[in-house]
Amino acid sequence: MKNDYRARNHPAWWAFLVHRLSGLALSIFLPFHFWALGQALQGEARLDTLLRWTEQPLLKFAEIMLILLLAAHLTGGLRLLALEFLPWRGWQKSLLAWAAGAALAAGLAFALAL
Amino acid sequence: MNSAGQGYAASPVAASGTSAKTEAWLWIAQRASAALLALCVLVHLVTIIYAVRQGLSGAAILERTQGNAAGLAFYSLYVLAIAVHAPIGLRTLCQEWLGWRNASLNWFIAVLALALFTFGLRAGWAVFVG
Repeated sequence: MKNDYRARNHPAWWAFLVHRLSGLALSIFLPFHFWALGQALQGEARLDTLLRWTEQPLLKFAEIMLILLLAAHLTGGLRLLALEFLPWRGWQKSLLAWAAGAALAAGLAFALAL
Repeated sequence: MNSAGQGYAASPVAASGTSAKTEAWLWIAQRASAALLALCVLVHLVTIIYAVRQGLSGAAILERTQGNAAGLAFYSLYVLAIAVHAPIGLRTLCQEWLGWRNASLNWFIAVLALALFTFGLRAGWAVFVG
């Protein structure tokens, strides 16, 4: 069965796309994250050098986006688990809005704590 | 295919040479690791926001982490869940978006899982043990 635009013009499709793209972006970021943490093996000073490098505005923005993506993948994933494993209830229709709201709140909390 | 586009009902089970039983186990592993990750990511997000508020420096980070056995145990479990969850998710993406459905995909995913687990544990060792 082919999907046409009508199947995609729905919040649930956008939720699927956000979940998939955030998962992809996080998977690409992971090796860099592990590499950065691994720099601690070379001592505190090396870690400090790396942390100073991340203070550039563009990287700060990227950090906020990563937190937003991580939170969106978390809340979107919780929504999927609820849809798949819990008996259907009316409140599940508003899960999408809750997922988006909670992800934005997490991103904002990080951005304001910076 | 469900609304999430996971496609587990319509996945080409035979095309990748993977048995239906293995596909079912991969599905279960994906959901089980997701449930574990939900808790881990929540703790991670709270820790990130707390750490940033306390100030990010090499000394501040290592002072909180070095010798923290509970932290290392949590982090290792987190890495294990990631090494299971991310490759299975990427496998679905490769099948649905790239049309990569032969046995080489399973090898790629297995190597990716092993690499993530190894480098993740190395990173945990660096931060919590040093």
